Amino acid sequence: MTVPHPPLKFVSTNRRVREDRRFVAGHGRYVADIELDGLLHVALVPAPHPAARIVSIDVSAAMKMPGVHATLTGEELAKAVDPLMNGLDTPQVRRFPLAVGQARYAGEWVVAVVAETRAQAEDAAEKVRITYETLPYVLDAEQALEPSSPPVHAGHGSNVLLDKTFVWGEVAQHFAESPRHLSFRVTWGRSSTVPIETFGVAANWDPWREILDVWASIQMPKYSDQIARALRIPLNNVRVHQDVDVGGSYGVKRGIKHTVLVSHLARKLGRPVRLIEDRLENMRAGDAHGPDRIFDVEVAFNDEGIVKSMKMRALDNVGAYAGRSPFQLGKPIGAIVGPYKIASVQYRAISVMSNKAAQEAVRGFGQSPTNYAIETAIDKVAGMLGLDRIEVRRRNFIGSDEFPYLIPSGTRYDSGDYHTVVAKVLAHADYEAMKRERDRLRAAGQCAGIGIAACLEPSGGNSSFEPLLNEKNTTSTWMESCRINVDGLGFITVTIHTTSAGQGHETLVATVIGEVLEIDPDLIRVTRPDTLNSLPSNSPVGSRMAIMLGGASYHAAQKLKAKIISIAAEQFGCAEKDVRYEGGTVSHADKILAWAEHVNIAHRNFHLLPEGMEPGLEVTHVMQVPTGTKLPENGRVQMYPCHSFEFHLVLVAFDPEIAKPNILRYVIGHDCGTVINPHIVKGMTLGGIAHGIGASLLEEFVYDGEGQMLTQSFMDYLLPSSHEVPKVEIVHHCTPSPFTVFGQKGSGESGYLGSPAAISGAINDAVAPYGISFAKLPIRISAISDAIAAAQGSKAEVQP
Amino acid sequence: MKVSLEVNGRTCEADVEPRKTLLDTLREDLKLVGSHAGCEHGVCGACTVLIDGEPARACLMFAVQADGYEITTIEGLAPAPGELGVVQDAFCETHGLQCGYCTPGMILTAHALLNRNAEPSREDIVDAISGNICRCTGYGQIVEAVELAAERLRKANVPRNERGAHPNAPVNDPAAEHDAPQEGVLEAAEADTPHGGRW
Repeated sequence: MTVPHPPLKFVSTNRRVREDRRFVAGHGRYVADIELDGLLHVALVPAPHPAARIVSIDVSAAMKMPGVHATLTGEELAKAVDPLMNGLDTPQVRRFPLAVGQARYAGEWVVAVVAETRAQAEDAAEKVRITYETLPYVLDAEQALEPSSPPVHAGHGSNVLLDKTFVWGEVAQHFAESPRHLSFRVTWGRSSTVPIETFGVAANWDPWREILDVWASIQMPKYSDQIARALRIPLNNVRVHQDVDVGGSYGVKRGIKHTVLVSHLARKLGRPVRLIEDRLENMRAGDAHGPDRIFDVEVAFNDEGIVKSMKMRALDNVGAYAGRSPFQLGKPIGAIVGPYKIASVQYRAISVMSNKAAQEAVRGFGQSPTNYAIETAIDKVAGMLGLDRIEVRRRNFIGSDEFPYLIPSGTRYDSGDYHTVVAKVLAHADYEAMKRERDRLRAAGQCAGIGIAACLEPSGGNSSFEPLLNEKNTTSTWMESCRINVDGLGFITVTIHTTSAGQGHETLVATVIGEVLEIDPDLIRVTRPDTLNSLPSNSPVGSRMAIMLGGASYHAAQKLKAKIISIAAEQFGCAEKDVRYEGGTVSHADKILAWAEHVNIAHRNFHLLPEGMEPGLEVTHVMQVPTGTKLPENGRVQMYPCHSFEFHLVLVAFDPEIAKPNILRYVIGHDCGTVINPHIVKGMTLGGIAHGIGASLLEEFVYDGEGQMLTQSFMDYLLPSSHEVPKVEIVHHCTPSPFTVFGQKGSGESGYLGSPAAISGAINDAVAPYGISFAKLPIRISAISDAIAAAQGSKAEVQP
Repeated sequence: MKVSLEVNGRTCEADVEPRKTLLDTLREDLKLVGSHAGCEHGVCGACTVLIDGEPARACLMFAVQADGYEITTIEGLAPAPGELGVVQDAFCETHGLQCGYCTPGMILTAHALLNRNAEPSREDIVDAISGNICRCTGYGQIVEAVELAAERLRKANVPRNERGAHPNAPVNDPAAEHDAPQEGVLEAAEADTPHGGRW
């Protein structure tokens, strides 16, 4: 619950981000920068076929190459380690770091080669001879659903990992009662976050201490647990070094297969071993692709555009292995109606395997594709009724006086004021002038369109989707922790227990603790100990750290403050409630005890401490996710605790023949409650929008009919450059969350959750005069120009 | 084979395979790990270094080709240990980065731009950094950082080339209580100390 507090001194102020200093000097410490004596390097032999039985492997020539220490096949590895974890109860979908018996997608790693240098390992990898017997394969999700389809994992019985239908509310009745219905299909193309640093990991096994040390570019809950399980060693034998800087992640840096591979090799060879993906390994076989999803949506509404009910079928092609990817269909259940008062929903979530690379968590964990489908529905309702798209959204929005608002699937939204955010954006952007500008551009022969998206960012990351989709899973906590120690000289050191990938966690924690203790955050040291010295953490996923790490550090600081007050009250001989704490000094009437004196008593004067108090000044707090108290009941569950809101308004124009979209104006209204560091939130939002521009216009992992991935480099898989990303105007609004300590909500996925929907809407508005529309992302330049040319051609035929 | 490289004003000898890239040589032989491998095919710009003052892809160049040129890496930009140059400090001021992986290349590219153009327009900046991909920021705060650095360099009362202060000059304005910008920037970091010092 939000705690009443005096005016904020550090929170919400434009303080610098402390992490930046080391990075601008080139003194980040990334996994590839870690120096280990005797380090060996891994290169990988990829499968050339989308599906093939491995008939034989001959490594003899490779072993004779200079510098080579070892080779490893999947068969050998599978004898020594357990399969990697699956999220669902699918025991026959077995995944190992190297293909065992059969390769299931083109590029999958079949043999690992270890040598003194990466170059030598690559040279030797070329000498590995493998014979395959090709097998039938399937790439398309709809085909993979068919019982006659080639099985990706024969033992599993079908390619379906998940097919679950939820009905929340009176869907049939609402459809029957509604005078208008419409249905459509949209497709979200397979893209990912593609960080500039590829995944990398180094491991060393010390047999005398029985410790596996791991340094990795990782952002993953329960990482060390999974290493220990796969290697069949106690978890307290695994030491993950969390002070490694991660060069971007946005969800996907979850290289568990890489980690198990190098850990096994390190144990086997008695030397530290490192694998840093090259870009091809990363793109083709890093198992880090995002959702690849077909939505079939049907909505029931009335003549005023009020949407009463929705049916959504989401079919996700997760590629060749399971992992956690089916859960990306589960998280959006927590915001399945978006910001709208849709009274009932039928949701069918289908997760199907194919002979493409495996899917991993991507920013938003499936929410951005779902938002794209919901927003397309609202645009289509407006289109059918001839109503303004923004007006239809306003009519369907949950009102600011209706929070906390219970949606049909069981989540209670915390707070929001959607109407006000929209009004502020329209006033800032001058929506009427924007429409006139669009019409002027059209009159001048351009294609011009306005895009709109109103989306939620569920934040605070618990894992309620796990028990919801897997009844054997009874997880109901997704805690985060903080420890504060005041040393004998009065200086404060805080530990946090996860890696960071640019989210500024050290700044976040110092700011919050400085705020509570009323001391300069710059005086607070924040460290990230290894996992053997850490408290429980679930890593920065699900836009959770402002809420969860901010919350844990807040509560820890309050415990510390209480301890200091107790010490002081003991000296004053008064009740704790009668003292005044100000900037680390405690007073009562004319008696004052300064910070150094509390420290001295706690560290040196046990005889002065209140009875029963432990000496020293050290506190910990392990925080449960707010609102996350129950397991699912009847297919309903409280998903994330907080819900940020974003409203995108975009003007796009392009030449009808060249069709390269220019984003002329990009305005976003953003409400993530109380902002802890404005620089960080701004950066997340702008970065998320850029990422969404990529997903909607440029980025896709394309496979050809032979199952080969075509977009294997940055020449084909296009990342937005500064030319493609426009100047973005941010309109701020703050509706505090009642469930967090400062009223903060999450922002790590902001921008990305709505920009694809908004860009799609703008392009479709721009081409509407041609009677065409696009129902698949990304909408490439070539697709636009081809469709316009075809539409003009058919018009020419009709009107000779 | 033996190469002699002029890196950050010092002569460095290394014995490398002819096929070894400048990037790998800087990182592995000279231990200058501020230059990063991103794509290793010349698109992302994370490996950018300055060759005779101009940005170049260290992943597309063999070390043996760099013999005889003046090479500047990110490690050559800080005026002294713990002290930031103008461009570096401006990136801290606007938070023109997140994960920091593209940052060294981005800063070197900005540095080269500001060396030849004291008053770059927004378009000039966007164009200059368009060969450096950033996945975190969406470029907004990077453009702001370069604009701020340009402004500070124009105002700085220290000699540089014919147009003003050298982008590598330390931030050192004794009249200022702290180095928050006076004008032209909306979001001043009021609580910050000189040089962005934290400790």
